Parts: sequence; C-alpha cells; structure tokens
Amino acid sequence: MPSSPRPTVTAPLSPHLQIYRWTWTMAMSVFHRITGTALYGGTALVAIWLVALAAGPAAYGWVAWFFGSILGRLVLFAYTWVLLHHMLGGLRHFVWDVGQGFDRDKRMALARGTLIASVILTVLIWALALLIR
Amino acid sequence: MAEFALPKNSKLTEGKTWPRPPGANNLQEFRIYRWNPDDGANPRVDTYQVDRDDCGPMVLDALLWIKAKVDSTLVFRRSCREGICGSCAMNIEGQNALACTMGIDECQEHAKGKNPGAKKTGAVRIYPLPHMPVLKDLVPDLTNFFAQHASIEPWLQTETPAPEGEWKQTPEDRAQLDGLYECILCACCTTSCPSYWWNGDRFLGPAALLQAYRWLIDSRDENTGERLDALHDPFRLYRCHTIMNCANACPKGLNPAKAIAEIKKMMVVREV
Ligand code: SF4
Ligand code: SF4
Ligand code: FES
Repeated sequence: MPSSPRPTVTAPLSPHLQIYRWTWTMAMSVFHRITGTALYGGTALVAIWLVALAAGPAAYGWVAWFFGSILGRLVLFAYTWVLLHHMLGGLRHFVWDVGQGFDRDKRMALARGTLIASVILTVLIWALALLIR
Repeated sequence: MAEFALPKNSKLTEGKTWPRPPGANNLQEFRIYRWNPDDGANPRVDTYQVDRDDCGPMVLDALLWIKAKVDSTLVFRRSCREGICGSCAMNIEGQNALACTMGIDECQEHAKGKNPGAKKTGAVRIYPLPHMPVLKDLVPDLTNFFAQHASIEPWLQTETPAPEGEWKQTPEDRAQLDGLYECILCACCTTSCPSYWWNGDRFLGPAALLQAYRWLIDSRDENTGERLDALHDPFRLYRCHTIMNCANACPKGLNPAKAIAEIKKMMVVREV
C-alpha cells in the first residue's frame, strides 16, 4: 500500500514542568539538590575561616569581625539551616533506601517533616549558641 | 543537562473557543491540548463547554461527549473505559491519571484543595502525558516506553527442565507479586518522573523497573543474577532519586518507587 504523502514535521514535546502539579516530595527533592549545591558555598566559608586562622591574627580578626556582623550572622544562620536540611534529607533518603516509609501518608510526612525539623533545629541551635555565649 | 523550557515548536498557543451547547444550564469548561501534524502550527489549547446534564461522570465521558457533539477532530486513545487497558492515560489537572477512572468532580476537588490560586477559570485542564513526543492531540508516542519494557525481558526465564504440569509456587511466594502484577503499563508513572524527563533515553523509568522487580522477585525465575547485572548501571536504575511522583501518579495504587528501592537493596545484598 502506498503511504499517503504528508509533510514531515517534528513532533512537539508535550509540556512537563510547565503543567505538572507540585508535590511535597517533588519540592523537597529539588530542594535537597539546591541545599547540596549551596553547601559548597558553606564549605568555602569554613575554608576561609581556617585560612584566616592560619594566616595570623590580623586576617583572623577581619574574618571574625565579618562573621560577627549582622550580615555575617545571617549568612551563618542560613548555612546552619542549609546544612541541617541537607543532613535530614540524607536521613530521609536513608529511610527510603532501606525500603521504609513508602506509603502515601508516610512519604508526605517524611518530606514535610524534613523541612519543619530543619527549621526547628536551626532555631534551637542558634538559641543555644546565643544563650551560652 | 536538563532542558527545562519547551522547544520552540512545542510552545503552547491560545486555541479556539468552541461554541457552548445550546440550551444547557450545567456547563463545565475544559481546556484541552491540541496538535495536528498536518497544519504545521504550534500546539494550542482549545476551550470547550460540556453539558454535565447530558454527559457521564468521568473525564473520559466528557472527552467522548466533546468528540460526539462538538468537535469530531479531537484525538485521544481509549478502549476499555474501566481502567484496565491503560490507553487513556493523560495529564488531568496537573497530574497523570486514566481519563476513564478520574471523575470530573474528583479532579476539580483535587485542584481546588491543593492549588487554590491556579483555579480561577474553573476549567479542567488536559494535556498529553508529559515530556513525550506528541503524535496528535492527546496521543503521545510510547515507542521508547515499550522498548524499555521489552529490554527488561518480561518473561519467565529458567534453567531447570520444565516440569510435567506447571511451575509451582507457594502462596507466600505468590504473594510477593502482589502490588506488581496489577501494572497495566499505562505510563502514568514513567511520564510523571522528572528523572525520566531529563534522562528518558537512558533511565528505564518506574514502569519498566517495577516490571523488572516483578521478575526479580518471582520465586520461579532462575535468571536473577543476570537480571541484576543488566540493571547495574548508573543510568538504567540509579537515576531514580526517590522523588515519588511515580507512586503519586499510579492509577492502580502501585508503588514503583518502592519496587526500585527493593532492587537497589537486592544489589547491596548480593555484594556482601
Ligand atoms: S506502575 Fe502504575 S502508573 Fe506505572 S505503568 Fe504500571 S499501572 Fe501505570
Ligand atoms: S521515585 Fe524514582 S522513578 Fe519514581 S518518580 Fe521518583 S525518580 Fe522517578
Ligand atoms: S480506557 Fe482503558 S484504562 Fe481508560
């Protein structure tokens, strides 16, 4: 049978991110990637602090002043949260890797719990740090 | 690298608004993805009004109603109209589902509860399964999806000579297949998976992996080692990052994410 002539067109790609409804697990997965990347920045902060420590009192004093400033503290606060969030996210993935927590309610609770727990923990740690200072 | 934006030829345009049915007073608006390979234009979103008093309760009923009463050119797949053939899978209100088992009210509820801001128009929005080449309107090209299913060799493989009667299995061993054998290969899970969107050429995706696990865990199958070898690959299996869209999407209530986690566990267990 002769094939009917038709213009050759490339099939379009159906919409995806543009239309898919966001879920907690999806958002948290993306967030886990972002915090993972942000941790590189945090590691750089630690490195700067260590280098300054090695470089002597002048440099260290400058870095200590920055981390003591409002902006510096905000950065450190964010770093604490990012670190905790990524750590808890790792825990969540560990639970899943051993084959637990896959039911609908449990997986949503795990995803949501990571976010809530990381915020609470961050605030707690900072409250403690400010108290014992 | 993942390409988040749609290619130029895939960008959506505003389509046609079809006339409302005369004399109807219980209308529901539908916004439906259209693409025709013959007219060379970009995909568009058409608007239809469905007379709920004249139409069944499911999204598939509405599509059939539109095709019969308003626009006979609308193209979609369906066969069983009872959730067992898997052909009517599509993206309804932002989530993959079977049009024949998703109620019109149900998908509206969903959207209202979860996504209040996005529901100004009150329309039911329908797109083809996400991130797939489109053949026409709501019909995606599933060639790669089925080829991936074939690649996991979905049949019983044995070394020992076949028994006189049948391959026997204890009730407990048979129970291992529950939650796996029910899969109808509708592709709702696979096309909901962001990892599959970005790496669908190399990552097998949740449906094929759930099927792979169905044969790995079958007590009668004697090719478990080779099956695991074939999956031991940074892409085929390990692109799954447990995003769980698959389990949220499955219209049969199955959990591909869990099956994938079990395969990963089998990989670890055989190493030690
Ligand atoms: S696992 Fe569920 S969503 Fe995926 S193909 Fe099978 S039936 Fe469809
Ligand atoms: S759990 Fe794995 S297979 Fe399922 S949607 Fe997520 S990445 Fe995809
Ligand atoms: S028509 Fe068969 S699953 Fe919907």
